[in-house]
Amino acid sequence: MGTTGLPAGITQGSRTKGGIGESTLRPDGTLKVTGEFAYSSDMWHEDMLWGQILRSPVAHAEIVSIDTAEALATPGVHAVLTYDDLPTEVRHYGLEIQDTPVLAHGRVRHHGEPVAVVAADHPETARRAAAKIRVEYRELPVVTDEASAVAPDAPVLHENRGDSHAPHVPHPNIVHRQPIVRGNVTEARRRADVIVEGEYTFGMQDQAFLGPESGLAVPAEDGGVDLYIATQWLHADLRQIAPVLGLPEDKVRMTLAGVGGAFGGREDLSMQIHACLLALRTGRPVKIVYNRFESFFGHVHRHPAKLYYEHGATSDGRLTHVKCRIVLDGGAYASSSPAVVGNAASLGIGPYVVDDVDIEAIALYTNNPPCGAMRGFGAVQACFAYEAQMDKLAARLGLDPVEFRQRNAMAQGAVMPTGQVVDSPAPVAELLRRVKARPMPPERQWETTEGVDVRQLPGGLSNTTHGEGVVRGVGYAVGIKNVGFSEGFDDYSTARVRMEVVGGEPVATVHTAMAEVGQGGVTVHAQIARTELGVTQVTIQPADTRVGSAGSTSASRQTYVTGGAVKHACELVRERVLEIGRRRFGPYHPAWATAELLLESGKVVTDGGEVLADLVDVLEDEAVEVEREWRHRPTEPFDLRTGQGFGHVQYSFAAHRAVVEVDTELGLVKVIELACAQDVGKALNPLSVVGQIQGGSTQGLGVAVMEEIVVDPVTAKVKNPSFTDYLIPTILDTPTIPVDVLELADTHAPYGLRGVGEAPTLSSTPAVLAAIRAATGLELNRTPVRPEHLTGAGPAGSSGG
Amino acid sequence: MDFLRPATWEEALAAKAEHPSAVPIAGGTDVMVEINFDHRRPEYLLDLTRIGDLQTWDTVPGGDAVRLGASVPYTRIMENLRGELPGLALAAHTVASPQIRNRGGVGGNLGTASPAGDAHPALLAAGAEVEAESVRGTRLIPIDDFYTGVKRNALAPDELIRAVRVQKADGPQQFSKVGTRNAMVIAVCAFGLALHPETRTVRTGIGSAAPTPIRARTAEEFLNAALEGGGFWDNGKIITPSVAKRFAELSAAACNPIDDVRGTADYRRHAVGVMARRTLMWTWEAYRATGRDAHRKGEVA
Repeated sequence: MGTTGLPAGITQGSRTKGGIGESTLRPDGTLKVTGEFAYSSDMWHEDMLWGQILRSPVAHAEIVSIDTAEALATPGVHAVLTYDDLPTEVRHYGLEIQDTPVLAHGRVRHHGEPVAVVAADHPETARRAAAKIRVEYRELPVVTDEASAVAPDAPVLHENRGDSHAPHVPHPNIVHRQPIVRGNVTEARRRADVIVEGEYTFGMQDQAFLGPESGLAVPAEDGGVDLYIATQWLHADLRQIAPVLGLPEDKVRMTLAGVGGAFGGREDLSMQIHACLLALRTGRPVKIVYNRFESFFGHVHRHPAKLYYEHGATSDGRLTHVKCRIVLDGGAYASSSPAVVGNAASLGIGPYVVDDVDIEAIALYTNNPPCGAMRGFGAVQACFAYEAQMDKLAARLGLDPVEFRQRNAMAQGAVMPTGQVVDSPAPVAELLRRVKARPMPPERQWETTEGVDVRQLPGGLSNTTHGEGVVRGVGYAVGIKNVGFSEGFDDYSTARVRMEVVGGEPVATVHTAMAEVGQGGVTVHAQIARTELGVTQVTIQPADTRVGSAGSTSASRQTYVTGGAVKHACELVRERVLEIGRRRFGPYHPAWATAELLLESGKVVTDGGEVLADLVDVLEDEAVEVEREWRHRPTEPFDLRTGQGFGHVQYSFAAHRAVVEVDTELGLVKVIELACAQDVGKALNPLSVVGQIQGGSTQGLGVAVMEEIVVDPVTAKVKNPSFTDYLIPTILDTPTIPVDVLELADTHAPYGLRGVGEAPTLSSTPAVLAAIRAATGLELNRTPVRPEHLTGAGPAGSSGG
Repeated sequence: MDFLRPATWEEALAAKAEHPSAVPIAGGTDVMVEINFDHRRPEYLLDLTRIGDLQTWDTVPGGDAVRLGASVPYTRIMENLRGELPGLALAAHTVASPQIRNRGGVGGNLGTASPAGDAHPALLAAGAEVEAESVRGTRLIPIDDFYTGVKRNALAPDELIRAVRVQKADGPQQFSKVGTRNAMVIAVCAFGLALHPETRTVRTGIGSAAPTPIRARTAEEFLNAALEGGGFWDNGKIITPSVAKRFAELSAAACNPIDDVRGTADYRRHAVGVMARRTLMWTWEAYRATGRDAHRKGEVA
């Protein structure tokens, strides 16, 4: 891994072992690898009941009647609840728009929508009882795409909308619309020597986290409830749960349970309210665990999209203009669709300098599965399309695709389509140069002295080729992702840091509500505390709602924002510790008053390295504790007509080179190398950074060649809700992923760091697609690519090539 | 649901006779999926894991077939029977994950009789008989007669699969399977091919491209005639592209596939043709390189 640059804003030396910049090991790593880690689905409580949800078997229907009598009469059943049993008038929830019924009310809008919940003393009894609930549906016509959503006779999915987007959308089945207009595309088009157009389709990807939705609600004597839950943002859950239960927020006490991956799929509520309702109704603890089948209906997916692009360039390879239209399918409920629209629009042309742009992004309400947050959040779909366009343009201009991109690449100081000036490093051309400069993996790696190694070939152990029909292809792509919550959102985090002497040693305790979902935040918090407080021992408290909100574990933001909050709280603790030291020891050494003082290796030292006191002696039996909120600099909303505005706090960039072998006769693909270069500002934990980049790259590879939730276009029902038919990459599908990490500090951010998690998910997909195009010569305007798209043996119109 | 745990094969047969609706379970890699997804709720489960014989294999008297216990895990087949049953060993290697291969066996594939079962094309190509047994006695069902419909087989309600008798390879065998991932994938379609130099015939097996596993009989007949007519078995000449092409076309034509979430019917036909051509080239090259001499010397390839 190559590194350059120095961290910015560092206030402490880095002589304390296990501080930032070191690849300290995860505290949860060994437990997870050995199977001992307690995930939310492993929880158990004396006397607990099991909850089960009855879901709609159809995508759009009126509920004529619900008869729960037989289910309730089943021995072992303690409660059956429907919409009519909800305790308050607050019966809907939602991250941005409260349009999602806790339980269906008179109508279901998607396949798998919750209709009733059951609590029983055994999960099997609960399942059997749920099946005995008689629901009469009268099916309604389904809305499945833009044409059916805005047709004159289209059923309106949400009548009488009162949300903030309703006044400016052209049709009530459009959740949100964001145009971005800058310069004059009509005039700029005249300067273009070459214009390319394209229509692209992005399939529905699932987060496919391995730990299914699960939690345990325990009723309390004070009438409240304790909820142990796998989620991405405890306080956002709390804000949505408490009003439905009719409880003040302080009576809904939430603790993070072991999270088995998230990737955006745990931003929305799943079983939280259902478990609490059943616990409060029965007076017994209630556990709910989805199985894999239910999990596919239990969380939102990545928005599938249709994207229409027009790019122009002059013959010397300069972009003249981009005009594009991005149509995201939000499914039946809003989830985070409005924010996804904002991202897709504002990041819609990629990391390129274009003065004249005309962008429109919309999200639809349809009867398809609800879609919302997933790693990359609106920027993924756009990157797939604009990078295909860049390759097309380069080909038309006769230019090398990397050189063409570099000619148009943005750099620090560039102006976004939103008018925002990019005010920190944006090494787009350099990232491309680095992936291109890498040596190529050797040709024909499947040929060994012992014969053919099929694992190196498309098809792998399925033994479909020994080299016949195999053609290599190479493709490049680069992307831009925002970091943190945008568009004026008050994006803050809270950290409580305590320092005291325990067992003769100074110990720091860090308490935040940050959801550790596997990203390694708990590792980084300890590193920050060690660096800032000069201690070795750091205790990380479980995340819960006894401390203020940490914001969401999403948008690549937690190291920046909660890391920033921990750093800030540590700095305040350090100041107080030094005050105590000055009070106690100041008279004995002038350096207490004159020198810059640091905490290092359990001691107070001067910046010259002279030891003034042991922290143990400074603190004695005093504990220093600070809780503070910390905010990044504010952003502002995009103008509703022009899209102008300082919308994003930070940008992150990654580039990929994909090398693939394609069996051109069978249409099977083996990605053999997926090199990535990414600027991370400052790698707080280099090993975790590389892990994030490799994981994000692999998730992008998945949606390039296999991952797709298939929804029947006629019935809007999900056809493959299982890991048998929703395929994610195995280790044999995962190539070597060499990673080149740049560290160009963003001086606005703590330590100069840049959010890491999402950017590699963007450019991975178009790089793989470009490589497959290079190998096959096909146009391939759709992802994921399926074998029949590469052999011409698919249904008409699906291959795009 | 009652869980029956016979200690001996005789007890198992008696239990099956008493409860013909009992579903036998060994590795559980098919049955448990159906139960977990609530697709099936059998009145009785008949656990065969206490019957050690089902996990063993030996040679059929006379020596030309392996008698493979119904519960011999795929891992054992891969590791121990690559020489005698090369097609089945290749197919076994494509089954799911190592964990599943450690539990699942051919008896389960046959009992479920899914067209996507990985063992079927290899069994059809090698030639095999299913040893079905009941309290009434034992019968050998030729593999060609075993698959009677979508997930249906020729077993009587009181019968259990004790073993499958698979012809030992007398020539090269190959197995190919298309899936949209490079491991751990259910077949979009699959193809097995076995050369039988002793009888101067070829046999095929096709998976996931018709309601049941099938042989491409017209393709076999064409290839048998072409090899015989050209004296290929003796002269070991390279198979001409036109013969390979025709064999591929006839193999594809044998399919009767459907469109589903795993692949289109057109793609399945196309892919079976490609696999037929490639496996023919691989097996024939192997025969030319080694098998022909071995066969002349009367040895097993």
